Amino acid sequence: MANKIFVYIDHFGGQVLPASWEAVGVARSLADQLSSGVTAVVLGHEVEGIANQSIEYGADQVLLGDDPELKDYRPELFAGTLSHLAAEAQVLILPTTSRTRELAGMVAVDLETGMAPDVISFEIDGDAVLATRPIYAGKLLTKVVCREKRPQIITLQTRAFPKPEPESDRSGEVVRVEVVIGEIVTEVTGYKPSEAGVSLADAAIIVSGGRGVSNNPKLTPPNEITDEKEQEIWRSQQGFALVRDLAETLGAAMGASRAAVDAGYIPYAHQVGQTGKVVSPDLYVACGISGAIQHLAGMRTSKMIVAINRDSEAPIFKLARFGVAGDLFDIVPALTQALKERLGK
Amino acid sequence: MNIVVCVKQTPDTAATVSVEDGVVSWGDSPLVLNPWDEYAVEEALRIREAHSGQVTALSLGPEAAMEALKLALAMGCEQAILINDPALEDADPLVVSKVLAAAINKIGEVDLVLFGRGSVDNDTGITGPQVARRLNWPVLSLVADITSLDPEGRTIAVERMLDEGRQLVRGPLPAVVSVVKGINEPRYPSFMGIRKASRSEIPIWSTADIGLDEVPTPAMTWPEIFAPTKVETECEMIEGETPEEVAARLADRLIEEKVI
Ligand SMILES: Cc1cc2nc3c(=O)[nH]c(=O)nc-3n(C[C@H](O)[C@H](O)[C@H](O)COP(=O)(O)OP(=O)(O)OC[C@H]3O[C@@H](n4cnc5c(N)ncnc54)[C@H](O)[C@@H]3O)c2cc1C
Repeated sequence: MANKIFVYIDHFGGQVLPASWEAVGVARSLADQLSSGVTAVVLGHEVEGIANQSIEYGADQVLLGDDPELKDYRPELFAGTLSHLAAEAQVLILPTTSRTRELAGMVAVDLETGMAPDVISFEIDGDAVLATRPIYAGKLLTKVVCREKRPQIITLQTRAFPKPEPESDRSGEVVRVEVVIGEIVTEVTGYKPSEAGVSLADAAIIVSGGRGVSNNPKLTPPNEITDEKEQEIWRSQQGFALVRDLAETLGAAMGASRAAVDAGYIPYAHQVGQTGKVVSPDLYVACGISGAIQHLAGMRTSKMIVAINRDSEAPIFKLARFGVAGDLFDIVPALTQALKERLGK
Repeated sequence: MNIVVCVKQTPDTAATVSVEDGVVSWGDSPLVLNPWDEYAVEEALRIREAHSGQVTALSLGPEAAMEALKLALAMGCEQAILINDPALEDADPLVVSKVLAAAINKIGEVDLVLFGRGSVDNDTGITGPQVARRLNWPVLSLVADITSLDPEGRTIAVERMLDEGRQLVRGPLPAVVSVVKGINEPRYPSFMGIRKASRSEIPIWSTADIGLDEVPTPAMTWPEIFAPTKVETECEMIEGETPEEVAARLADRLIEEKVI
């Protein structure tokens, strides 16, 4: 039995992104249905541990490209090696991350084959994978398929598929492979930590703030802040402090609407929506967010939405499971307190 | 600097999009320049302003896409080119990247190609990287800042916005760059710009014009487009006499629903 279902394991700073394990889970079930096996591809430097972990999550075989040149992700290098390794695959599955989307696209060019990103579900049709993905910001869905060319390449939307449980007694084979170095053209000179602190895409809970976080006329900015815009920013900081407390109590990541980002309340890395991050947490709490269509585009697939908004007519309530029509400056701190008591924090 | 910025026309993000008999419709909503591409056009113009040279806006699309190119011209691009060929109707990303790369080669002596992060219609986000691969140029995607650009030394340095933070990368020119929001604040076209754009003739290139004798066959097909099933959520409004009472009820409901 050839292991023709390939899965690429994305990692950063020695940590595997949870979405990679979701991809291994999908590869496993696909391999079982197509009577094939799972080959995981791990590229990096000093990543042998990740290779072993891949077996625990469901790989039958791991192709391990371990090389100092692969210490930092560089698309040309990673694509060259992955194309070489996956040339004989039937299906190549990747998570969708800020590295793998382009990686999959570049491998598709190398192997002259089709590629579908952001896949949320699929069915098997003959030996082809008929994949469903959102278009027009999720207003529509499309089924896409690559009938003739192989491998078929899909990247999975984060949190669209369950993460399998690792089994420490699973066995598999780790094969060290040569890395295709090619002409190295780019050089990674450093990193700066994320302004968002944590990855929004992976978060099980997200608490977001919108323009409403600056709207508390009862708060008086200190005398030295006289500029109107700076007063607004100061107000937003008071509001976001409340949002952050709630997020921390829930172990949640913090999101924001574009209005909040554009007004300078919070960095762009937090923006959820059509021109920000697309997220799908178990729980999304929207504080002072109206629910514009471009914001909904980024969070409408959340499993549960809670809206806190002064305006009981705000469109966000149409998507919400629970709503509070009230002032976030009253409700959010009270909710943080109530949760702290109940969660024993 | 000879800069090409690839742009696409898309429906407005506020449009209600529906599908009938497999055909996508956005009613009478306007078509716009893909919002991500506005940042790419702006960045191209800023680079030209700093280093001189020229900016060409390039689009593959229907004739209506002229309007998007005119907006790019009105913002300040020197020239625009539309690739339009009936044979490209079913183009998939593989075909699109081949055609755009061929057009960039035909323009010739290009130093930098800019893309938006993705388009708000199909939103694959891979066109830039695929074109780079075809050209065999380095790709610098998700760029939030071009920190240095040296046309003589032939180098570019950028900050890329990854989920985990920013990655600082340096590479040679020519290169392909895709940009994210936050890199700049796109300008509005000036009155003069709009006048000039409305008078300009935009050349239309066919696949033969860019030296593709044979139109490549797409690898992907999309047998079905459909609207997602509407999940009817009944919003349960949580009420109470005081914020504390409301908060306590909401907290209890969240715990009952086992989401926390
Ligand atoms: C091309 C394009 C792309 C876009 N992309 C995005 C995107 O990615 N993400 C995004 O979010 N938006 C995006 N937008 C913008 C979008 O259209 C909205 O403008 C934006 O989402 C509004 O943000 P908001 O809900 O915070 O602000 P508003 O719409 O101003 O809503 C603020 C809400 O807060 C409530 N409120 C005010 N004060 C309080 C208070 N004290 N307590 C409780 N509630 C209060 C108000 O009732 C109101 O409902 C995009 C727009 C365009 C044109």
